[in-house]
Amino acid sequence: MNVINLQDVSKTFKRKNVIKPTTFAIEEKKIFGLLGPSGCGKTTLIKLIVGMLKADSGDITVLGKQVPNASLLREIGYMAQSDALYTALTGEQNLEFFAKLFGFSKSERKERIQYAANIVQLTEDLKVSVSSYSGGMKRRLSLAIALIQNPKILILDEPTVGIDPLLKRSIWNELERLKDEEDKTIIITTHIMDEAEKCDYLAMMRDGEIIATGKPTELKAHYNAQNFDDVFLKIGGGL
Amino acid sequence: MRILALVSRIIQQIRKDKRTLALLFVAPLLVLTLMYFIFDSETSDLKLVVTDVNERVIELLEESEFELFKEDSYSIERMAEEELDGWLHMEEEKLALTLLNEQPSRSSSVKMLLAKTLNVNDSVANSSIETEYVYGDEETKIFDIFSPMLVGFFVFFFVFLIAGIALLNERTSGTLERLLATPIKRYEIVFGYVVGYGLFALIQTIIVVLYSVKVLDIVLEGSIWLVLLINILVAFVALSLGTLLSSFASSEFQMVQFIPLVIVPQVFFSGIFPIEGMAEWLQQLGKIMPLYYASDALNGVMYKGFTIYEIAGNLLVLLGFAIVFITLNIVSLKKYRSI
Repeated sequence: MNVINLQDVSKTFKRKNVIKPTTFAIEEKKIFGLLGPSGCGKTTLIKLIVGMLKADSGDITVLGKQVPNASLLREIGYMAQSDALYTALTGEQNLEFFAKLFGFSKSERKERIQYAANIVQLTEDLKVSVSSYSGGMKRRLSLAIALIQNPKILILDEPTVGIDPLLKRSIWNELERLKDEEDKTIIITTHIMDEAEKCDYLAMMRDGEIIATGKPTELKAHYNAQNFDDVFLKIGGGL
Repeated sequence: MRILALVSRIIQQIRKDKRTLALLFVAPLLVLTLMYFIFDSETSDLKLVVTDVNERVIELLEESEFELFKEDSYSIERMAEEELDGWLHMEEEKLALTLLNEQPSRSSSVKMLLAKTLNVNDSVANSSIETEYVYGDEETKIFDIFSPMLVGFFVFFFVFLIAGIALLNERTSGTLERLLATPIKRYEIVFGYVVGYGLFALIQTIIVVLYSVKVLDIVLEGSIWLVLLINILVAFVALSLGTLLSSFASSEFQMVQFIPLVIVPQVFFSGIFPIEGMAEWLQQLGKIMPLYYASDALNGVMYKGFTIYEIAGNLLVLLGFAIVFITLNIVSLKKYRSI
């Protein structure tokens, strides 16, 4: 079953065509990777799906509902590319604030904060002000905030930038567990090619267009390439 | 060489920031122009009404620079209503002068011109004239007139800047966008801001008002509760205007640039400087400025002892400003989320 459907979606900012008419679907309980170089329109596409931007044309449906739809915001856990955190507050106060926005009771909030902090291994640092967090810790706190309302869909914009390899692996393990055991659908953008291998399904973007889709193995086989750097270069036709 | 590198980088940066350039070159002209009109405007004619005064005096006054009104009877209430500067009448066979004293400078002008006019003939002004005041007294200082406006001004200024910069930070740090990816409604954000910062504005207002009245001993003829009420409304207007304008600024620096554009002109029209002598169309300009109404109300309550009914109009206009700005804030958030 497809949880997200895009039909001929396009978006133009001042003179620049950021998303050319795009059609694709995302299956539930899968990790869907959106792969492409910086500036190719990944973030814009994600904001269209979340409903923060309005498409110029075309239809987007999420969980069978037309986007934008206020009730969908509860079902989507969004992690932005930049760490949007209140740096004067502690990690716990940040989580608490967002948990309140979703209307959890006090005991539910406590439980959700524990759960989210535990996944990103921040439990020890919750009482510390975010202004003294490292770059990696801030990324992890952003991820924890995306998980706070237990959403069906997770949309993560470059979640592993600035995170060390060990933690990166543990986050990926957690994403896979969330998919397998908690039936979450996860959309992830990245320009790191080795992360692409871990996705169940991939869409490769370039200049606002999806130029290829498929399973990682299919794409590699189709383009007769060893790794995704090669796939990318072959599709792009740059070399 | 490194200095030159810095210089050229600064030039490049400022050239990119058109607004800063405009502010640097155009804003001083704007402020200077305003000052020119305000300080250059002639004092408008002094208005004097006379009742039952002998013909000789009237003759002398008619030749003077007073704008003269002759009435059979007159009262202090009418004087306050018609905003005449002075009322010359007879009391126990002696000349008596009642001064409105809305602006102490005009009162002293009336006294001077009257003395000059009547002294031409000593027999007329044989004795000193008994003087009464509608507002304030002989001791009224310019500061007594200024201070109510200053109280309102400081509340407006600080709330405007602090609330504007707070929302600006939320925009630039991306937290506003993050916030709008949750089910929060746009109006909830705006009202959250109004209440959250409104609380601090309220505390600031109370401190400023109490300090002015209790410590600086600024005149307070009317009720302190009314002063607080007016200033709370001023704070709401400043808060909602600040957050609204912050969407047109991309840094704290640009927020500060609104001061000469938004704050300074309001000061000129708030009554600290006399505007009666200005061109009519310029006077009308004051009517789009929230501080014009705030100052009028504050001056009314603190100096003239007005009650809530006499300042109700001003209060409603301030409330109107706040409602309009808050609505615009809610609409402007659409930029970040379409619903």
